[in-house]
Amino acid sequence: MSHAVERDEITGTATTGHEWDGIRELNTPLPKWWLWTFYATIAFALLWVILYPALPITGATGLLGHTARGEAEQDRLAQSAAAEPMLARLRGADPDAIIADPDLRAYAIAGGRVAFANTCAGCHGAGGQGAPGFPTLADDEWLWGGKLAEVEQTIRHGIRAPDDEATRSSLMPRFVADGMLTGAQANDVVEHVLSLTGRTTDAAAATRGAAVFAENCASCHGERGMGNREMGAPNLADQVWLFGGDKASLLRTVSLGRGGVMPAWEKRLDPATIRMLTVYIHSLGGTEAR
Amino acid sequence: MPEGLTTQPVPIAGSGSQLRPQPAYVEAPLRAFAIATVFWGIAGFLVGVVIALQLAYPALNLGLEFTSFGRLRPLHTSAVIFAFGGNALFLTSLYVVQRTCRARLLGGDDAAWFLFWGYQFFIVVAATGYLLGITQGKEYAEPEWYADLWLTGVWVAYLVVFGGTILRREEPHIYVANWFFLAFIITVAVLHIGNNVAIPTSFGSAKSYGAASGVQDAMIQWWYGHNAVGFFLTAGFLGMMYYFVPKQAERPVYSYRLSIIHFWALTFLYIWAGPHHLHHTALPDWAQVLGMVFSVMLWMPSWGGMINGLMTLSGAWDKLRTDVGLRFSVAALGFYGMATFEGPVMSIRAVNSLSHYTDWTIGHVHSGALGWNGFITFGVLYWLVPRLWGRTKLYSERLASWHFWIATLGILLYITSMWVSGIMQGLMWRAYDHLGFLQYAFVETVAAMHPYYVIRALGGVLFLTGALLMAYNLWRTVRAPVVEEAPVALPAGSTLPAAA
Repeated sequence: MSHAVERDEITGTATTGHEWDGIRELNTPLPKWWLWTFYATIAFALLWVILYPALPITGATGLLGHTARGEAEQDRLAQSAAAEPMLARLRGADPDAIIADPDLRAYAIAGGRVAFANTCAGCHGAGGQGAPGFPTLADDEWLWGGKLAEVEQTIRHGIRAPDDEATRSSLMPRFVADGMLTGAQANDVVEHVLSLTGRTTDAAAATRGAAVFAENCASCHGERGMGNREMGAPNLADQVWLFGGDKASLLRTVSLGRGGVMPAWEKRLDPATIRMLTVYIHSLGGTEAR
Repeated sequence: MPEGLTTQPVPIAGSGSQLRPQPAYVEAPLRAFAIATVFWGIAGFLVGVVIALQLAYPALNLGLEFTSFGRLRPLHTSAVIFAFGGNALFLTSLYVVQRTCRARLLGGDDAAWFLFWGYQFFIVVAATGYLLGITQGKEYAEPEWYADLWLTGVWVAYLVVFGGTILRREEPHIYVANWFFLAFIITVAVLHIGNNVAIPTSFGSAKSYGAASGVQDAMIQWWYGHNAVGFFLTAGFLGMMYYFVPKQAERPVYSYRLSIIHFWALTFLYIWAGPHHLHHTALPDWAQVLGMVFSVMLWMPSWGGMINGLMTLSGAWDKLRTDVGLRFSVAALGFYGMATFEGPVMSIRAVNSLSHYTDWTIGHVHSGALGWNGFITFGVLYWLVPRLWGRTKLYSERLASWHFWIATLGILLYITSMWVSGIMQGLMWRAYDHLGFLQYAFVETVAAMHPYYVIRALGGVLFLTGALLMAYNLWRTVRAPVVEEAPVALPAGSTLPAAA
């Protein structure tokens, strides 16, 4: 219902004369600061539409000639121009020469650290500490060799990588599952392996297992279980275990085999990054000279 | 539930409206909407707390597909936006349109009950789909085609009921709250249909494929997504504000002229702002620039609603000490003003290159959702529930005051932790060392955010705790005899205004 226009006692402002369910409205003018700020944002919008691309027409880039793609490309070019001299030296240098040159070495470790964190840490841990099934890279125990060239070979071609013919491919057979050993033989050979680190629980079984070991395992792991890097066969006489060194884990290893996979990074990372990763991993603690 | 009780409007000095006869307003379904608002609110807040804890402690995903973050997250967003917010909008729009039009709802109780059960059915169908992994994969538009079709029917009925009530009004003018409610209903219908054009793989299958693909699909999705914020969470809730704040403050609306200008400016500008969700993507530059400048122009039209709400309290600011419902509404307007300033800032491409994909966005959304939508709804419920159930007052103002402070603390913990976490995250992503290499790996940013995730979850727990206090308070208001309590302590020397 319309009412006569009234004056509100508290503010002194007139009402509009309308009323709904007891609610009335004051006829206050637009706040000046509000209106001028609104105009300012409109002016800003008009300016921006003139300076920057704002029309659905190919090539309409605005007065500044700005494009997001162009801006990103400039950033990328500036970044690679700044990095190229060092990257070119890294690509060209022998890995051993890199660690001999303090500047190159520092640069490779800085770049390798980031590449490692984004590419490798998911499996090998943030500091290369490893995880069950994923070797520790921060110690001096290497399955396939810890020299720079060997590490770089592993990164480039991976371990049992299905898409790389030069990958490192030997694996632990499924001795029980494939009928090469009986369950009792597996138990004996595991007791023998435990005895290599002084942990056997059954001396008689360990003695029997020594014969099984000599016949089935020694060709890769060596007569005394010291391992063989040509095969990637781990040393069984130390306390470092990739898949667990307790009896249950060892029984599973002998019975069902093992064969972890590492991707071949050659197709996904550029040569300079692989080289930086090599130097970084080599610096984690497992240093082996040429 | 006592039948036949009608709402008794609070007498306003100088108002002659009570002298005129009132039609028999539809109220029973509105009581159901009020209950659903509280129920879904608590459900949605609870799932929010769970997923906040999952982000801090991933083991809480429990290793089950049904309880994984990916499925619970849309359950949370839909529960709070569409179930809690949607029921609050049904409740208030149907309450307000009847009273400001002085007309009984078109279709009466039956139509309102259809809207109630039709909407709850949609919520349950959508929510169970999420848990089973049925989703369109579009943010805030996850329900698949069969749920979308059902919602379309319910929504058209809503438009007919609401619009029809306006058409049969006894008042010469349409009140501003109804402009906002109508803009909300119409635009959400257009958005919902436009973003869900899809073809099911078969009528026996839940799976469908959208009509658009690639960057067009992304643009339509964020035209929808941003305007779900603009029209569902802003225009609709401004409609709520325009009725309940003047009612709570018992003062006239500050400026009719401002309400007109900011209504049309908001409605016109909001619909263009969606591309700011796709800055620095495959979206063409021109669309990004337009999205940005329209977002910047939205700042003042958004603030028009805040000014009109806050300035309506001129001459009634003392009520903030005694009326907790009004305190919620005013704090809501403060959070609304903050979020609608932050939004245009974040839409600027240079700012967005830092904020995009970070927790800053999550914090921004929650300062709006918890602070604005949550608080104004709580303020309305504390005012409306006693009236809908024919009670003279709330069970406990003191408990409501506890709700206010606990929830406010919760929001502050939430948004400050997300500011720190989000800006830190953005800075870490773009940090280079002196040799030109990225300084941090992605996983290092995740580790750095952990303490802020814990603080955020704590903020959520506080907000949920406040809502539980409210549910208890409203329950006692409806169910228990009114208990006299000592008045809230006032500073020495101050006096209570005469009871209305």
